[in-house]
Amino acid sequence: MCSSFYFIKKKNVIHYNSPSPSNSLAVMTVVIGFEGSANKIGVGIVRDGEVLSNPRRTYITPPGQGFLPSETARHHRSVILTVLKEALEEAGLKPADVDCVAYTKGPGMGAPLVTVALVARTVAQLWGKPLLGVNHCIGHIEMGRLITQANNPTVLYVSGGNTQVIAYSERRYRIFGETIDIAVGNCLDRFARVIKISNDPSPGYNIEQMAKKGTQYVELPYTVKGMDVSFSGILSYIEVRSGKMLKYNQCTAEDLCFSLQETLFSMLVEITERAMAHCSSQEVLIVGGVGCNLRLQEMMGVMCKERGAKLFATDESFCIDNGAMIAQAGWEMFRSGQTTELSDSWITQRYRTDEVEVTWRD
Amino acid sequence: MFDVTWLALSPIFLQISTDGMNLINYDPRQFYAETEGGSSFKYVIVPTGRKIQRFVNMAVEGNSVALPQFLKKIELIKQGAEARVYRGSFLGKPTIVKERFPKLYRHPLLDEKLTHRRTVQEVRSILRCRKAGISAPVVYFVDYTSHCIFLEDIVGSITVRDHIASTPLSSAQKIPEERLDQLAKKMGQILAKMHDEDVVHGDLTTSNMLLKAGTESGETELVLIDFGLSYISALPEDKGVDMYVLEKAFLSTHPNTEALFEKLLKAYAASSKKSHAVIKKLDEVRLRGRKRSMVG
Repeated sequence: MCSSFYFIKKKNVIHYNSPSPSNSLAVMTVVIGFEGSANKIGVGIVRDGEVLSNPRRTYITPPGQGFLPSETARHHRSVILTVLKEALEEAGLKPADVDCVAYTKGPGMGAPLVTVALVARTVAQLWGKPLLGVNHCIGHIEMGRLITQANNPTVLYVSGGNTQVIAYSERRYRIFGETIDIAVGNCLDRFARVIKISNDPSPGYNIEQMAKKGTQYVELPYTVKGMDVSFSGILSYIEVRSGKMLKYNQCTAEDLCFSLQETLFSMLVEITERAMAHCSSQEVLIVGGVGCNLRLQEMMGVMCKERGAKLFATDESFCIDNGAMIAQAGWEMFRSGQTTELSDSWITQRYRTDEVEVTWRD
Repeated sequence: MFDVTWLALSPIFLQISTDGMNLINYDPRQFYAETEGGSSFKYVIVPTGRKIQRFVNMAVEGNSVALPQFLKKIELIKQGAEARVYRGSFLGKPTIVKERFPKLYRHPLLDEKLTHRRTVQEVRSILRCRKAGISAPVVYFVDYTSHCIFLEDIVGSITVRDHIASTPLSSAQKIPEERLDQLAKKMGQILAKMHDEDVVHGDLTTSNMLLKAGTESGETELVLIDFGLSYISALPEDKGVDMYVLEKAFLSTHPNTEALFEKLLKAYAASSKKSHAVIKKLDEVRLRGRKRSMVG
């Protein structure tokens, strides 16, 4: 399988020509993606919309503790090469078969991002392939679009680090509503620490299982400000009150999990509904780690049914941070002619979704 | 006898004119009457018309079948994010009925609490605005059991969103931009007035402002609607967040209109006495959104 582009090495800078549109149908583009902005480290390979491999490792901390940047980076450093090898073996490819190396440019935690970017840069230069820095949020959206084949949905991106309602308009993924303080996944994870439940496989998953057994609804603050939401208020409230409530047996931990989920997810469904009404959209796509939560999917489904809209959701292998989503977004960017020069291949902790120019969509 | 126009309202009496009612010998605020079916209803009078001296909060108890039946007969114009909006005629006046229906995805206790709170806040804020002379629809009737608000229908109006979308923004054409400049100025002025009344709208978007063709000078009038998320607050923080919500909604729905929004803010600063603190807070809130670290 030969590639239709060539490269010229000029001093320390490598230039590439991307495949031209006319022969892009004949050429298969293979992109490898490196993702490690939080506690998940994943390497994925995508070829023309087909996910060839997508291995991942998660750094899990003991109950009651969150993950710190330096320790997370240490974990990533120890496993990334193993995961890379797994990805290539599973896909049955050699480094020469890869056309582009994509990595997460941001947003995320500094130290883990640096670790992953370093490996990506090294690998790109070793194999002589172009490099591409991808926005993490765009990765989620593009993978969601690929898997579900949604046409032009209102995207609810919910994870431990991000909570945004996004819609595509004029070459940008515009943020219609977002959290004005912390992300919903962060709120759930911090509550999990308070009641000291296990972080294996993820605190959100364990809260979901406990919530299924909850019966009593506890009233919690509900904060929706226009199209935006705020979670720090409800988190402080539940952090302070849960101790007393559990001590005096006013409710069980399961009840608290249940009430918290109901309140948080109602807020998310509400802002999504507002954005849909504002954009007159008939499709919803949920992406991000919290998107695995079946209760959230259920609530969104009920709302969509009432409006006659369609709900799209992916399973946990694509909802949770993974390498293939970076590869997929990289594939789109690469085919529309973008690459990242080595001197521009830095990472950033603050990288807004609407900063990226979406050159691959009209 | 009265310097306010009174309307007696009841779901049952919708089919009958009010001519046959005896309006003497009753408490100005409420009276009881019996229908043919023998059920007893408590009716409450709502003042409508120009000189509103006092608004009486009310609750209509009793048969809640009449209202859903009424809703089935009139035209559903849209289902927004929160409520269904119907258009019909209520006692001879063009009316919009805003029905906050129960959201099945929410827990019932949460749903009831939210719906009730929003209905009450909406009505209170609209009336507070109207008292201050800010353009908002007139409230004809409120039913707290089914959470329906009967509002004045602003006939012949379009949302500001549709107006801006239909006006081309190319720099070559100067005239349409001037029209939009006038619009931005009006928006700034009306928002300044609202914030001076300490009413925070909570959901300022271009879909929640209507442009009505005025009768006197042919000038268009701006009307604010959809006060469901509104509350009363004097804090510059809350007003700043209110303007931030508008800015974001503005820029995400109408790309490349930053200059227009700047004119809006200028008009706001010029019209409001307490605007300086609010604009300062708005700048702070803007930075808040950008500097937020996103993890994961």
